[in-house]
Amino acid sequence: MLKTLGAQVGEFKKDSFLTPVFMVLEVLMETIIPLMMASIIDNGVEAGSIRHIFFMGFMMIVAAGFSLFAGAMGGRYGARASTGFARNLRRTMYENIQTFSFSNIDRFSTAGLVTRLTTDVTNLQNAYQMILRMCVRAPISLVCAMFMAFFISPRLATIYLIAVVILGVILAFLTVKAHHYFSQVFPKYDDLNASVQENVSAIRVVKAYVREDYEKKKFTDASKSLYHMFIKAESVIAFNSPVMQITVYSCIIAISWLGAKMIVGGTLTTGEMMSLLTYCMNIMMSLMMLSMIFVMITMSIASAQRICEVINETSDITNPAHPEYTVADGSIEFSHVTFRYNQNSAKPVLDDITLSIKAGETIGIIGGTGSSKSSLVNLISRLYDVSDGAILVGGKDVRSYDLDTLRNQVAVVLQNNVLFSGTIYENLRWGDKNATDEECRRACRLACADEFIERFPDGYDTYIEQGGTNVSGGQKQRLCIARALLKKPKILILDDSTSAVDTATDAKIRRAFAEEIPDTTRLIIAQRISSVQNADRIIVLNNGVLDGFGTHEELLATNEIYRDVYESQTQGSGDFDEGGAA
Amino acid sequence: MPAGTQNAKPVHGPGPRGPRGPRPRIKNPGKLIARLMRYTLKNYAVHWLIVILCIVVTVLASVQGTLFMQTLIDEYILPLIKQADPDFSGLAAAIRRVAVFYLAGAVAAYGHTRIMATVSQGTMRRLRNDLFTHMEELPVRYFDTHSHGDIMSTYTNDIDTLRQMISQSIPQFLNSTITIISVFISMVMLNIPLTLLTLAMVGVTLFSTKKIGGLSSKYFVAQQKDLAAVNGYIEEMVSGQKVVKVFTHEEESLRRFNELNDQLFASADNANKFANILMPVNAQIGNISYVLCAIVGGILALNGFGGFTLGGLASFLSFNKSFGMPVNQLSMQINSIVMALAGSERVFAMLDEKPEADNGYVTLVRAKKENGRLVETAERTGLWAWKHTHQADGSVDYVELTGDVVFDDVDFGYVPEKTVLHNVDLFATPGQKIAFVGSTGAGKTTITNLINRFYDIQDGKIRYDGININKIKKDDLRHSLGIVLQDTHLFTATVMENIRYGKLDATDEEVIAAAKLANADTFIQQLPDGYQTMLTGDGANLSQGQRQLLAIARAAIADPPVLILDEATSSIDTRTEKIVQNGMDKLMAGRTTFVIAHRLSTVRNSDCIVVLEQGRVIERGNHDKLIEKRGKYYQLYTGNLAEE
Repeated sequence: MLKTLGAQVGEFKKDSFLTPVFMVLEVLMETIIPLMMASIIDNGVEAGSIRHIFFMGFMMIVAAGFSLFAGAMGGRYGARASTGFARNLRRTMYENIQTFSFSNIDRFSTAGLVTRLTTDVTNLQNAYQMILRMCVRAPISLVCAMFMAFFISPRLATIYLIAVVILGVILAFLTVKAHHYFSQVFPKYDDLNASVQENVSAIRVVKAYVREDYEKKKFTDASKSLYHMFIKAESVIAFNSPVMQITVYSCIIAISWLGAKMIVGGTLTTGEMMSLLTYCMNIMMSLMMLSMIFVMITMSIASAQRICEVINETSDITNPAHPEYTVADGSIEFSHVTFRYNQNSAKPVLDDITLSIKAGETIGIIGGTGSSKSSLVNLISRLYDVSDGAILVGGKDVRSYDLDTLRNQVAVVLQNNVLFSGTIYENLRWGDKNATDEECRRACRLACADEFIERFPDGYDTYIEQGGTNVSGGQKQRLCIARALLKKPKILILDDSTSAVDTATDAKIRRAFAEEIPDTTRLIIAQRISSVQNADRIIVLNNGVLDGFGTHEELLATNEIYRDVYESQTQGSGDFDEGGAA
Repeated sequence: MPAGTQNAKPVHGPGPRGPRGPRPRIKNPGKLIARLMRYTLKNYAVHWLIVILCIVVTVLASVQGTLFMQTLIDEYILPLIKQADPDFSGLAAAIRRVAVFYLAGAVAAYGHTRIMATVSQGTMRRLRNDLFTHMEELPVRYFDTHSHGDIMSTYTNDIDTLRQMISQSIPQFLNSTITIISVFISMVMLNIPLTLLTLAMVGVTLFSTKKIGGLSSKYFVAQQKDLAAVNGYIEEMVSGQKVVKVFTHEEESLRRFNELNDQLFASADNANKFANILMPVNAQIGNISYVLCAIVGGILALNGFGGFTLGGLASFLSFNKSFGMPVNQLSMQINSIVMALAGSERVFAMLDEKPEADNGYVTLVRAKKENGRLVETAERTGLWAWKHTHQADGSVDYVELTGDVVFDDVDFGYVPEKTVLHNVDLFATPGQKIAFVGSTGAGKTTITNLINRFYDIQDGKIRYDGININKIKKDDLRHSLGIVLQDTHLFTATVMENIRYGKLDATDEEVIAAAKLANADTFIQQLPDGYQTMLTGDGANLSQGQRQLLAIARAAIADPPVLILDEATSSIDTRTEKIVQNGMDKLMAGRTTFVIAHRLSTVRNSDCIVVLEQGRVIERGNHDKLIEKRGKYYQLYTGNLAEE
């Protein structure tokens, strides 16, 4: 993990190196200042030398100046190193995500990736800054102060050494214990928030079943147990400051008593005693700081792990060594294709599928929920790779093509499709960067999207909100089809892409395809029989197995599932929803 | 010497949300603070009093320790040096006194942190409970008009800033204030000119804080903006990552990301740089103040001006160190208190939302028939009655619950300006199956929102068994209706518990029977732990169709007299639907059902099909009648719309 993260420091190595260097410089200056103070008291005030007071005072200001310079530089480089580190982390992760295959994306989930790119990076940025600035500073400050204390009076400094050991042990104990409690309480806290989230989104269910009181009780019980856990954890933390105070106070009292005796005995000066007391504070504070660093680092370890997972993930679909850059035609051939999402699962999602589709054919695909219709088509453009068997496009194995070439020739309109924030033109040009306005409008005409776009006040310059929230489901689907058409693909796959479009428009789109892009192979997945019955041939899938493949009439005569579906929908469209047309 | 953690030099880097971030604007802060104080003081007034006392003791213990330096040097060390045979018994007694004070300080420090834990966690608990119980009472309209992200952020971010304020900012604020006052008094007692010098240097610190902090704050605003841009872009692109892949758009996506990321780096670098520089600058101004006091104080002590002694100087120098810190802290605490106020404003806004109003007085009771008359009973008779207590004379009427629903000239709009239902008339006699068809936005779902009073109608009347539904207690009204919604929601619990949600006292056998009825039993059996399988994340491990089957089972177990199915089978394939339908028909025999669906097969066998268009009923009748009529239904049904 450290190696992965270390590589992300990149061009900020110099900053990462200079930060602790300047922090050490700052610590050294701050260690000298109390010593000069002692000199002012002893050789200045007690000895009655104003000259010495001025001289030492001047030196102290110089030291303060140095310290200021070092501290500021440390802060400057620390800021650069940590924010730069964060930038590199984000960039590397984002770059790697671009290479992810669908199964890589599925493994992390969208929400998981977003958290890693945002919250986790921020956590690491803060931890890194802390490490650079404090991890070196605190122990050095402790050592320096201890060294100076020994330099002044080995006898008195021994008290500090004992105090450090005792305080160190107690702090370590408290920190570990508190961390233990907190690591239990935070997941509970997340659960509580998750249950609020659940209630917010399911409020209609709660209210419909009149379960408000039930939910309230569930929540207050959870919040009660959370309260007790928090109290338990914080009771441990509450010992921190009194333990610290008692240690410091004990040192002060011991130094006052023993110091006074030594001063009277002539083995210590007043000024030296005062510097000793200052060092006491430095030592104890450094210790406190170390325990804080420990907590901070342990908290960010989880983030670091999550980030490394993304950085180290390798895409399971990569370009072949000597890729093909041209797709001959739109023919598709499945040869004994078996597919599993998870290599370990016993039952394959697709089982031994063999079929062949000619270029320019229109193929309907039908089957119940979970019959693996989407899985079948997703294999064609290598969104997933087959587990067994092979798929040929244009007569060659899909795995021999350059990925970009293949995906540009095989356009898929996904089931869960997404529009991006930007104008309609901008969204359409995802299909073809260089498409002219005229080409965009033609694609929209084919997808029957022109009618509603032209009714928008801004027409094709209408701004689409993130996720396409300002267009209806049916409008969104038609825009997505138009976007895919602009690729001018050899194969066009529509994965339930007209489900929110009314039957009449659906038919119109299919007719336009037949007239305008007859050479393009079309694969149409649909729930409605009417969407597929006019296709050249229809694939019937059932639980990942090819149950039938033929024309409407053939299937009606021979295929039981097809007949069943047909009868349950009978005549006409079997669908009342005009969807996006409204 | 200074003691206690609060006098430590601040050596921590700025957090993600630096204390010098942009200050939110707050209307009427005085009122808000007063309300917040009332809220935190409630139940914990005595605790707070003890906390304040403890803080005073802690601070005084530290101050007396510092003052002791003077006594130690002037009254013991210096005189003792001159004695031939020094007697340390006086010093021993003095140190014992100091030790007692110190001990009291440490105990008080424990006391206040421990009590504060109770106070802050207790207040948080109450706040969470108050928020949640109040939220459960809010009308559906609230959830429809507020983004769920915003509601969640009240529970997480806003409550968190409040916790920080109560557990950290306020105690530190008190601590700083008390320290400043007592240190200031002690300094004035020790030496007035040096006090003035210290004050002047604190002024310099505040000035530099304002200058550098101002710069830093400027960049923090920029950083927040750039961060929002980067996060927004990540959110959008990663959500659409599969589309990015399909369109081989990776390079463009990366290019724009790098631009935004570099911009964020630039502003974050600057923001952190100035925040980091502020710390050493203030520390060194403090050191310089210390040195200046040492020089001036040294000269004063040397000449014995105004009886100023070496011991006095030693004590004063310690105070000088412990004075700058709290002043700086105070300005930081004020920032985080302002942040917390903004959070509390949102929390209170939610608490101030009006709960769902319910003026109903007609209740639902179990009943039995005695001599042809309905009588209330505790037995489970399967017979229900509306108990109608007349307000005028207190007499009680019982009306049998049958499921007769009538809409009489109903107008409704989610906002007053935009009516979505116009003059809707509807009558469903007990046992009928009524289907609504029509395009998206025709008002189908709206009608179901009105029957169970998620929303109240503007004009007209809805009658349930002849009773205006406004007179029925909402809880009782909803108990009598079963509803399966378009969006299925499941809870984090086992499959068993999820189904049981419809009837909390249902036995396992009843749950399984309901699951069988909904044809969910087969797939549940195949889950890793069967009925005991934990569902998480709204049933994320189930398919949409399976989730719908569970929702139907949940409604089935509730066994309501009236059932509303809003696209309840839309994700179930047509063959499975047929099986579910058979079970449902059995269940709903003799009961009223409202069905919304866009599938022909779902609605064809309804007793009455209502065709809606733009909030108006345009056709009604059974399937055969409507086909005969050759109107809108016929068009939709045959798909021969548009040009033919």
